[in-house]
Amino acid sequence: MYRYDDDDKRLVRERAEQFRGQVERRIAGEITEEEFKPLRLQNGLYLQLHAYMLRIAIPYGLFSSGQMRQLAHIARTWDRGYGHFTTRQNIQFNWSKLDEVPDILDALAEVEMHAIQTSGNCIRNITTDHLGGVARDELEDPRPWCELTRQWSTFHPEFAHLPRKFKIAFTATPGLDRAAIKLHDIGVRLVQSADGDPGFEIWVGGGMGRTPIIGACIREFLPRRHLLSYLEAILRVYNLNGRRDNIFRARIKILVSSLGIERFRELVEEEWAASREDAMEFRDDEIARMQSFFAPPAYPAAGSSDELLLSYRQAEDLEFARFARNNVVLHKQPGYSAVVLSLKSFDAPAGDLSDTQMDSIANLADRFGFGEIRATHNQDLVLPDVRTSDLPELWRELQTLDVATANAGRLTDLICCPGLDFCNLANARSLPLAQEIRQRFDDLDYLDDLGPLSLKISGCINACGHHHVGNIGILGIDKKGEEFYQLMLGGSADDDASLGRVLGPAFSRDVIVGAVDRVLQTYLGLRESDDETFIEAYRRVGEAPFRDALYGQVLYANHPPA
Amino acid sequence: MRIIRQREIVDDGWVHVATDEALPSSGDVIVPLARWQSEREELLARTTGRLGVRLPNDRPLAEIAADLPRLALVAIEFPKYRDGRGMSLARLLRQRHGFRGEIRAVGNVLRDQMAYLERCGFDAYELTPGKSLESALLAFDEIAVTYQGAIEPRSVSRLRGSAG
Repeated sequence: MYRYDDDDKRLVRERAEQFRGQVERRIAGEITEEEFKPLRLQNGLYLQLHAYMLRIAIPYGLFSSGQMRQLAHIARTWDRGYGHFTTRQNIQFNWSKLDEVPDILDALAEVEMHAIQTSGNCIRNITTDHLGGVARDELEDPRPWCELTRQWSTFHPEFAHLPRKFKIAFTATPGLDRAAIKLHDIGVRLVQSADGDPGFEIWVGGGMGRTPIIGACIREFLPRRHLLSYLEAILRVYNLNGRRDNIFRARIKILVSSLGIERFRELVEEEWAASREDAMEFRDDEIARMQSFFAPPAYPAAGSSDELLLSYRQAEDLEFARFARNNVVLHKQPGYSAVVLSLKSFDAPAGDLSDTQMDSIANLADRFGFGEIRATHNQDLVLPDVRTSDLPELWRELQTLDVATANAGRLTDLICCPGLDFCNLANARSLPLAQEIRQRFDDLDYLDDLGPLSLKISGCINACGHHHVGNIGILGIDKKGEEFYQLMLGGSADDDASLGRVLGPAFSRDVIVGAVDRVLQTYLGLRESDDETFIEAYRRVGEAPFRDALYGQVLYANHPPA
Repeated sequence: MRIIRQREIVDDGWVHVATDEALPSSGDVIVPLARWQSEREELLARTTGRLGVRLPNDRPLAEIAADLPRLALVAIEFPKYRDGRGMSLARLLRQRHGFRGEIRAVGNVLRDQMAYLERCGFDAYELTPGKSLESALLAFDEIAVTYQGAIEPRSVSRLRGSAG
């Protein structure tokens, strides 16, 4: 992974010191809260219902065992003994005290971490495929490009005060997308030209929130040396032309859709032609230098092969076999595996992890790998370099930590925003609903029968729980002080991205889980084979059978929707 | 009026002249863009004093590009300090149009954006009234490391020592 040099170390130290000064000036009354707000936001400090929340960047979801231990230390020392992994591969602490945040930043700087630009109207943490560098199906490791983009975007002086937040994601697998690039302000896919030259396909104007839009392809092929000048051209067109009069119309997706992708592309290409500077081009040696940080580790002979994993998947121990099927991914290196740790195994909210779990996982990352951990968009963790023959032993260790539930990619591997329990934007609670769904559908055989299925819950239209792109999406709304839940079907964040549709009136809290069950039953009843996934079946038959099942008779009669 | 120019606190000799104010017969004046456009010939006919134009941040630079050789100063307005359009405008003035005169930030200008502004090409700052200029001077050196060129473009990794 990338290691800081003296400049990088100095930058995060100076940042912590700068923020300490800003906090002191705020407390002394030299700056108003209105003036302070953008400053704290650009440092990841967000005011929630009960306290400040501090969001810490985990660049492209990659971090080390040592960094995990420091996060555990922070959870113990300055928070309430736990942290929350987010859908953008970051981690949040929910109970920060303003005057202690500078100390937390110092602690982060010690381990080459920071909270820079994890909130606010600036370029946010760069995200990517959580299997980057180990995925067998990738064209090339996307992470060197993520790190170059991270550095370029860090304190970029021109783009520190954009109309709205700005998210960039990378993927490198042809025909597959584990990073949801079409739902980002900019999505970058590593591709090859017809001649085999490496470059990028660039998508722009995707996003969720209250106006979900699937991005458009602005450039089918960009030679790789031009990445940053092209990103600058897009950002400049947005910075100068994006709306600033209405916060809900300020994202780049609104600009792109109001101009149309053709006109937006013209503006960007014009800007790029006028502004691209040779000095911004990457030289091959610079690319190679960054790639060297992400070179594969020296894998010792594994003494095992893919066949071993395949045999584990049929093992006599049915629970282990299920884990090997659902939570273990074939690795680029034969004899190795990438293992998903489910943070939806226990009673805590999705993505939460205690300090002791963090410490233990850090130890496992050292023992069963090279000290690397990945955070996923799905609020799980990955140990990326596990010797396949070590899987039985690792599995037992994960069980003791309560992160071994074999539900990766299944219904209960759901994501969920903090909702009204923590967030001052929410209209409804989402955590208790997620909890009820996980309890109700806890039969792993049933979950396997349902197959790959994404369920996503947001407590308000800002869509932090990504409900628009869940195969099943749930949106909490408020009707005259009572919590109701809209159910939408057919969303996907994959390469064939689609937005879910609401099929009818919202459900009250006491029947929404029953409605989800009815959707599942309907799917099981109409699928053509066990292999036809929920989203495939839904796309084949359309919404009518599901609408009828939901709003046809009994459920409606007993519990009239609002 | 005291302002910051080239990282120093100075007494500023420029005078802002609003659209409906009488034009002083001599001295350096900054006029709003609209006045520049409507009284261009009169303004150019002045025999003493330099000219500056105050540019709203939602106007394209094309409106003054041809006149830049006649201007010694461009003031860019910040209606709110978190409105970053002025940052792009300053970069374009320096890089695309080669403007060598003073670029001054006016309006809601605060200490904590000044380091960014300088890297985009600003060299003078009229701070929001009531804010300490002495305190603001400290902002320029808070973070010494920069990852990207701004008005002096360079690749990310060229900055990094070992890449040469």
